[in-house]
Amino acid sequence: MTFELFTFYLFAAILVFAATMVITRKNPVHSALFLVLAFFTSAAIWLLAEAEFLAIVLVLVYVGAVMVLFLFVVMMLDIDVATMRAGFVRNLPLAILIAVAMVVEIFLVIGSGSFSLENFASPPALPADYNNTRSLGSVLYTEYMYPFEVAAVILLVAIIAAIGLTMRKRPTTKYQDPGKQVRVRKGEDRVSVLKMDAED
Amino acid sequence: MDSLMSLWAWLGENLIALQILIKIVIIVAPLMLCVAYFTYAERKLIGYMQIRIGPNRVGPKGWLQPIADAVKLMFKEIIIPSGANKTLFLIAPMLTLGPALAAWAVFPFGDGLVLSDINAGLLYLIALTSVGVYGVIISGWASNSKYSFLGAMRSAAQIVSYEIAMGFALVGVLVAAGSLNLGEIVNAQKGDGGLFNWFWLPLLPLFLIYFISGVAETNRAPFDVAEGESEIVAGFHVEYSGMPFAVFFLGEYANMILISALTTLLFLGGWLSPFAGWPVLGPLFDWVPGMVWLFLKTAFVGFFFLWLRATFPRYRYDQIMRLGWKVFIPITIVWIMAVGLAVVYEMPWWFD
Repeated sequence: MTFELFTFYLFAAILVFAATMVITRKNPVHSALFLVLAFFTSAAIWLLAEAEFLAIVLVLVYVGAVMVLFLFVVMMLDIDVATMRAGFVRNLPLAILIAVAMVVEIFLVIGSGSFSLENFASPPALPADYNNTRSLGSVLYTEYMYPFEVAAVILLVAIIAAIGLTMRKRPTTKYQDPGKQVRVRKGEDRVSVLKMDAED
Repeated sequence: MDSLMSLWAWLGENLIALQILIKIVIIVAPLMLCVAYFTYAERKLIGYMQIRIGPNRVGPKGWLQPIADAVKLMFKEIIIPSGANKTLFLIAPMLTLGPALAAWAVFPFGDGLVLSDINAGLLYLIALTSVGVYGVIISGWASNSKYSFLGAMRSAAQIVSYEIAMGFALVGVLVAAGSLNLGEIVNAQKGDGGLFNWFWLPLLPLFLIYFISGVAETNRAPFDVAEGESEIVAGFHVEYSGMPFAVFFLGEYANMILISALTTLLFLGGWLSPFAGWPVLGPLFDWVPGMVWLFLKTAFVGFFFLWLRATFPRYRYDQIMRLGWKVFIPITIVWIMAVGLAVVYEMPWWFD
């Protein structure tokens, strides 16, 4: 067994272990942390497949940003495990049915021979100076320019929609206007000196 | 000397893992020493800025103070709070220190003098610095303490916000240099103008934003709301003592040195001489090795971290968020476009 193959199996084992822990741990924070581990190890496997740009972006986007926000939410919520598991036994037959159907579907696609080595020969190893980032960029911005732009616009729409949903202005909410805060002057805006006669 | 070199070559051919391990020790051991003396420099400098003397009792002029601190922390008892999640509680400090050290793998100390010369060096750095936030979040949650948790939440929101501005600033650098490899980025700043050829001038807004975001990412004053001693005691590491606390401390200072060194590399010409190509000063300083320039520039940027801490009061939380999202991100996007145009039309001086 070459060292490369050994690393692949090592990371694959960690990945499967982490993925199993994600769905079996009772504590949602632990599950989320195992999901982080799963992302990290799959990034390592992508690195082995000579896709360093995708691997690093997976770490950057999913581990560095998405999962942080995910953990943020999971930690803030006080999740009651008892109510969450309430319908477990009742829904189990349906869940098993769906799971079996999915496994069979995956098997039919992958095991059909369409993806066997005869139809998809393993790609030749690329030279050491091969630049995954450059080659991805050069196809993305030439050949797939329009699909790429369309995807970007759809994402932009999603961002604007998400921001729009949170922009409900209630009349009772108080806002600070930094522009006004900066312009405020001590003499005329904040302190007013009143002259009045002494009272007794 | 020759026999040493031949032994080194033999190691490279037969026991490459051992050779890499030796290289890692050569990088990390001086780094740890730098971290120790950075804390000393901080206490001394802030002391002078506040017209007092600072540590001066341990060793001559207090030079052994960081060693004494390290020994003290090593022998202190490790207290694990009763409701804490023990494993995560102990993993969290390592998660802060780990990425700060792993980032040095792609850091070039000279032309070709780098542990791992990879194409996507800059991306690797962005990814690793974004992983560092887990130490803070996990420690805050695992401590089972309200103060820790508040600190972790503040820090998570702050780091995620400033990462975007930081990433955009780096995009500007990579557009200007045309490469993700850190060595090539430094070499792209070479020129006859010396320090005026470095990227700090054409990318001035990105340079400032990168540095300020770096201060925010490392949770340093004036963005240290994660610790905020007047509000939440010590923030995310309030429950830590002894060695785990020391590891947090090491991680914070290692991150500061990393950000200073990266600012040097990306905007201040790395190991290049500031007088290269100048009529008289250029040849005069030719003999200075590149690593000395790198060290001096890093120390210069690191000094700003300390200066900021001694000068500015802490930012209010909503103002931090406003600065990150509404000021920095728009400026970086505009400047990336400006840099893109300058590169496409080969603006003289830097991009011709």
